[in-house]
Amino acid sequence: MSEPILSYADALEAYEPVIGLEVHVELNTASKMFCGCSTEFGAAPNTHTCPVCLGLPGSMPAINAKAVESAIRMGLALNCSIAEWCRMARKNYFYPDMPKDYQTSQYDEPIAHDGHLDVELSDGEVFRVEIERAHMEEDAGKLTHLGGETGRLHGADYSLLDYNRAGVPLIEIVTRPITGAGARAPEVARRYVETIRDLMRALGVSDVRMNEGSLRCDANVSLRPWGREKLGTRTETKNINSFRSIEGAVTYEIQRQAAVLQDGGTVEQCTRNWLEHLGETSFGRSKEEAEDYRYFPEPDLVPIAPSREWVEELRATLPEHPTRRRNRLQAAWGFSDLEMRDVVNADALDLVEQTVTAGATAQAARKWWTTELARRANEAGVALDEVGISPAQVAAVQALVDAGTINDKLARQVYDGVLAGEGEPAEVVADRGLAVVSDDGALGAAVDAAIAANPDVADRIRGGRVQAAGALIGAVMKEMRGQADAARVREIILERLG
Amino acid sequence: MDASTLITTSAADLAGAIATGEVSSVEVTRAHLDRIAAVDGAVHAFLSVDEEGALAQAAAVDARIAAGERPGPLAGVPLALKDVLAQKGVPTTAGSKILEGWRPPYNATVTQRLLDAGVVILGKTNMDEFAMGSSTENSAYGPTHNPWDFTRVPGGSGGGSAAALAAFEAPLAIGTDTGGSIRQPAAFTGTVGVKPTYGGTSRFGQIALASSLDQPGPCGRTVLDTALLHEVIAGHDPKDQTSLDAPVPPVVAAARAGDVRGLRVGVVTELGGEGYAPEVEANFRATVDLLAELGAEVVEVSCPTFEYALAAYYLILPSEASSNLARFDAMRYGLRVGDDGTRSTEQVMALSREAGFGAEVKRRIIIGTYALSAGYRDAYYGSAQKVRTLVQQDFTAAFARADVLVSPTTPTAAFRLGERLDDPMAMYLNDLCTIPTNLAGNAAGSFPTGLTGDGLPIGFHVMAPHRADDRLYRVGAALERALTDRWGGPLLNRVPDPATTTEVTR
Repeated sequence: MSEPILSYADALEAYEPVIGLEVHVELNTASKMFCGCSTEFGAAPNTHTCPVCLGLPGSMPAINAKAVESAIRMGLALNCSIAEWCRMARKNYFYPDMPKDYQTSQYDEPIAHDGHLDVELSDGEVFRVEIERAHMEEDAGKLTHLGGETGRLHGADYSLLDYNRAGVPLIEIVTRPITGAGARAPEVARRYVETIRDLMRALGVSDVRMNEGSLRCDANVSLRPWGREKLGTRTETKNINSFRSIEGAVTYEIQRQAAVLQDGGTVEQCTRNWLEHLGETSFGRSKEEAEDYRYFPEPDLVPIAPSREWVEELRATLPEHPTRRRNRLQAAWGFSDLEMRDVVNADALDLVEQTVTAGATAQAARKWWTTELARRANEAGVALDEVGISPAQVAAVQALVDAGTINDKLARQVYDGVLAGEGEPAEVVADRGLAVVSDDGALGAAVDAAIAANPDVADRIRGGRVQAAGALIGAVMKEMRGQADAARVREIILERLG
Repeated sequence: MDASTLITTSAADLAGAIATGEVSSVEVTRAHLDRIAAVDGAVHAFLSVDEEGALAQAAAVDARIAAGERPGPLAGVPLALKDVLAQKGVPTTAGSKILEGWRPPYNATVTQRLLDAGVVILGKTNMDEFAMGSSTENSAYGPTHNPWDFTRVPGGSGGGSAAALAAFEAPLAIGTDTGGSIRQPAAFTGTVGVKPTYGGTSRFGQIALASSLDQPGPCGRTVLDTALLHEVIAGHDPKDQTSLDAPVPPVVAAARAGDVRGLRVGVVTELGGEGYAPEVEANFRATVDLLAELGAEVVEVSCPTFEYALAAYYLILPSEASSNLARFDAMRYGLRVGDDGTRSTEQVMALSREAGFGAEVKRRIIIGTYALSAGYRDAYYGSAQKVRTLVQQDFTAAFARADVLVSPTTPTAAFRLGERLDDPMAMYLNDLCTIPTNLAGNAAGSFPTGLTGDGLPIGFHVMAPHRADDRLYRVGAALERALTDRWGGPLLNRVPDPATTTEVTR
C-alpha cells in the first residue's frame, strides 16, 4: 500500500514546502455552545443532552456568551482583529454524529481575523506564522464503530453514538500559507500547534488535550519548485492527534508529494488520513468528492457585535504570552535548555512554578515532576496535574528531604502514602515510620553486623580501598529498609575500619 | 349556560364566567370535546384530540379558582394548537408522515405559556405538511374542509386551526405564519388571525419551516379574544435569540378601544387590480371607505418591490427549509422505512424520506438545495436577500406616510378542494399580499369584512410597523364593531352548522 517517497533531503533540494494548519480547540466552558448541557468529558454516553443539542424538531440554539468571550480572548492572544459584527452560519452536510445534519459554524464572517503567532524553534529562532482567521463552531457527537477489526467504520457490524460532545464549543484557527520555513516546515508545524496549546492553557479557555480530542489539527501541505511564486496543489491530512504526528504527517507528505512531482506526476487535491502505526498518510477523499456545504447565515441566531469596550477589557486581562513566560521562568530558575524542554514536554511548567512558589528549589521541583511524578501519571494514564499530588505536597516532601528526615528513596514511599489517602507527607512519614535513622547506636549495630557478614569487603577497606565501602552501605540500607542515613553510615564504617 | 351557548361564547366571556364560578372549565372543555366529536368527522380540523390532558388541565384550573386564585385572562378556556408546535408527550407531526407518532419530550415556549396561563389545549390541528401550502391539502393526513362550504379549502397552512374556530370546535387557536399561514386561512374562514412582529412570539419548539420568516400567532373569532391570546403567548424568550427583548405592545387595550380616528391608513397600490376577484376588490374598497367614515385618513402608497416579493420568498423559504428539514433522516425519531438489515444507512434514509415526505416538501427541498449550492448561491439566494432588503425599505418608506397599510388578505375567496393542487404557481399566488410582511418581519392581521355572493368569507389585511402590533387591533376592533352592527351579529353566526350538514362529506 505504501506509496513511493523521496528522501527528505532530496525532496527539500528540489521543492519548497508550503504548509497551512487548521487547529480545532475545544473550549472548556461549563456548558455547551447553544444550550445549558454540561461539557464534562467522560460522562456516561448521552447523559449530557437536551432537545437543543440533540437537534430535536423545533429546538433552537441560544449562543453561550462565555464561548464568545473565550473566542475573543483567544483571538486577541493570536494578535487578531476582533470583528465588530459577525454571524454564525450553517454548514450543511450529513454525518451521523451531527444531530441537525448541519453544523452551526462561521463562514465569511469569523469572530477574529488577520493575526499572527510567534513560534520559537529548537534553535531559538522565532518564526512568525500568519493567522487568517479564528472562528466559532460546535462540535459533533462521537461515533464508536463496533464489530470490525480496526475500530473503523469499514467492516463494523454496528455503530454507537454518544451525543455528549455534540454542541461543545470549538474554535477553529486557520493559518495563511506558511512559506519560508524550508526544511524546518515540519518543526514549524509542530511548534505552532504546541504554542497554540501553551497559549490556550495560559488563557485557561481550553484543556487542550490531544488525547481527549480537545485539540485537533488538520495539516495542509503543498510543494513548489524553489523560486516559484505560484503555490502547488495541496493535500489536507485530517484529524492528526499528537504533536509528534503533526511533524510526521507533514514530513511524510513532503516526501510523498516530492516523489509524485519528481516522477512527472501531479499532486491530486485530496484529503488524507494519518496512519500513526505506519507513519504514513493514506488517501481520503478527492476534490471531486468534496461536499458542497451550502453555507448561509444561521437564521436562528442574531448577529454577534462585541462592543469595543468589552474587547479592550478582555485585552487588558490577557495573561503573559507563554513563550515570554517560559523564557522568563527559565532565566529565573537557571535551567538549561534541555531541562526547560523536559519541563515543558511533561506539561509541568505550571506545576513546577507552583511548587517553587510553595517553597521548593526549582531544581528539586523539576526533578520530582519530570521523573517520579511523570512516571506515575504515565502509568495511571492521566495528565500530570491529575496525578493526585499537589505542588504544595511536592514542596513539603522536598522540605523533609532537605531537613534530612527522609531521603529520595523514602520520598517515593511518602508519595505512595499520599496517593493512598494516608494524609499529608509529614503524616505519612510519621504513620509509616519512614524517617531516616541517624542514631549512632542503631546505625553502629547495623554496621557491625554488615562487617561481620562481609569480612572480605571489610579487609579490602582496611587495606585502603575506601570505595568498597559502598557495598557495606548497601547492606546496611537493605537491613534498615532504606531508612538509614547513608552519609552517617559511611562515616561509621570508616571509623570502624579506617 | 347550555352546551350550545358554551361553544359560541367568546373566549373573553368564557374566561369571565369560569373566573366567577358561573361555569367550570371542565364543563366548557367537555362541551368543546363533544362538539369536536360531533363535527370533526366532517371538518377534519384536528389531527389528534387530547381529551384526557384537556380535562386534567381544566380540572386543575377549576381547583385553582376554587382555592381563591385569580387566574389569567384566558384561564380555563379551550384552545386548538397547530400541530407544528411541540407539546410534551402529545403526538406532534407537523402534518407529515415522517413524524408520525413522535411525542416531543419538551414543550414549545408558546405551548408552555398557554399551559402556564391555564389555557386548555384540546388537541393538535391539521396543517399543510411542514407548513408548506395554502390549502391544508398538503397534509399527509388528509385535507381539512372549510366549514362554510365543505367542498372548499380552509386555506393553509393553518387550515385546521382556522376551521376549528369557524366550526365552533374551539374558541381560540394558535397558528404559525411563514408567508400568510395564519392570515390566509383566517380570511377563508371568516375568523381573525394575526402574525405578530417577527420576534414578538417565541419560535422555540415550533418545527421550523423557514426560520427567518416563521412566527407563531393568535387566531380567534373576535378581535379581543385574539388580542388576549396574543398577550398570553408574546414576550421575550431567552431560548429564542431572535425574540424581541421589549415590552409586548398594548394589544388588548387597543382591541378594547377600537378607535381609528386620525389613524393614517395606506392603501398599497400594488396589492390589487388584475388577478383579484371583483367581489374581493369591491369588499376591500368598501372597507377602506368604512375606515374613512370611522375617522381614519386614507392615503395611497406605492411599494414597487412588492411584485418581486413572491419570487424572493420562494427562494429564501426553500433555502432555509432545505436546511431545517435535513434532520429528518429517519435515524433518531419518526418514520423509518427499509431497515431490514440488508440496506445501508443512506438507502434507509432515502427510502424513509421518499415515504415520509410529500410532493410539495420534496419540491421545496430540491429548490432550496439548488438555490444554496456553490455557484448558484449568489444568483439565487443572494439576489433574493437583496430583494428582501428592498421590500423592507419599501415598508419603511410607506410607514413614513401611513400608520398602517391595508390590502385584501387574498386575491380570491376560498377555492375548491383539488382546484389548484396540480398548479403550484396558482397556489403560491394566493400569498401575494401576505408574503411581503414575512420578508420584512413586521406585523399583520386578517379581519373578516364580508361574504361573497357564494357565501364565502372575505378577509381584510392590515399591516403595521415592527412592534406596533397594537395598531392591527385598533383597526380590527373598529371594523368588527361597525360591521357587527351592520350585520346584526358576528359574521360567524352565518356559517352553516357542520353538525347538520355532515352529508356533504369528503
